[in-house]
Amino acid sequence: MVTLLTDAGEFTVPGAEASSTTLWVPARDAEAATGWVAKPEGLCRGPVCVPAPAGRERELADGGRIDLAALWRHLGQPAVHSERGHVWVLAQSARDRAAALASLEAPDFTLPDSTGRMHRLSDHRGKKVLLVTWASW
Amino acid sequence: MWQALYEELGDRGFVVIAVAMDSREGDPLPWIEAARPTYPTLIDREHRLAELYGIVNVPQAVWIDEAGRIVRPAEPAGAYEGFRRMNRATREMPEDVARLTAQAKATYLDAIRDWVRAGDRSEHAFTAEQARVHLPALTADVVTAQAMFRLGQFLLGHGAGAEGQRWIREASRLQPDSWCIWRQGAGVNETGLAALPDFWERVDALGAARYYAPVDMKGMP
Repeated sequence: MVTLLTDAGEFTVPGAEASSTTLWVPARDAEAATGWVAKPEGLCRGPVCVPAPAGRERELADGGRIDLAALWRHLGQPAVHSERGHVWVLAQSARDRAAALASLEAPDFTLPDSTGRMHRLSDHRGKKVLLVTWASW
Repeated sequence: MWQALYEELGDRGFVVIAVAMDSREGDPLPWIEAARPTYPTLIDREHRLAELYGIVNVPQAVWIDEAGRIVRPAEPAGAYEGFRRMNRATREMPEDVARLTAQAKATYLDAIRDWVRAGDRSEHAFTAEQARVHLPALTADVVTAQAMFRLGQFLLGHGAGAEGQRWIREASRLQPDSWCIWRQGAGVNETGLAALPDFWERVDALGAARYYAPVDMKGMP
């Protein structure tokens, strides 16, 4: 069992198998956690498809599973995992993050308040927002 | 500070969204309880805003207009680092610190008032070009550090504290300018502040560099 931490949240995947360099995840779980799907033309997320390196297609997707570690390396995105390999963080690349910020469209997020109720930034469209951080420390 | 501003400007299409960059469950709750804010007060245990907006310290704020456009990227929100000039034995402050602290706060609040009143025509509202110049850099080290922080945070909350701490230290090593990462991973004193001797050593090591990054705003000390 492996826990995946992605932009879409936290996913516990009983059918996943990890080593220090591979993270094989059933296709359905991979899609839920990351949005990436294996298709004949390569690995796709929404309208974007990335071809696998010629002759090495089965290193990325094989037998109804995707190696998300290999995919993340292929995409040049940061992935870090616990020593036992039971927790993986699959992050977005600096290039994508910086491009999103440079668009000046405020990156959307959903966070809980102290009662656990979720709030989405974009629910406040139509108002000027002062997004201000603080901490108890 | 924000509650009064929200009460003053809340009926003019303005809202404050406060986000606690607090990873230890429960830590921000007494503060929220005491302040009783009427604007949303959210809790960002994994510091998601760090990788989305380049937040590295608190208080930092981002101005976002009605269309969801960033008008001023992340920057210190009316803060003056007077604490660095405190006499650490007597806890006394030099005389001008109170004045400069008040000036930083008043300058920043007045700038927000002007923006709420004048919108894009406010001298404090950046053009798109200016806003891009002021964006924090989201580098490979920053996004990797944030991934490590998130991993460390998860492990801390799931019975793997020692490994979690190691990841948070590694994240801090990779992104040393993030006080959010460093202070979250540091020990706290009797008042709950990450201000033990190692904090002061780190602050002293800044030398002439600022603890709160300089703010490009007329009148800001």
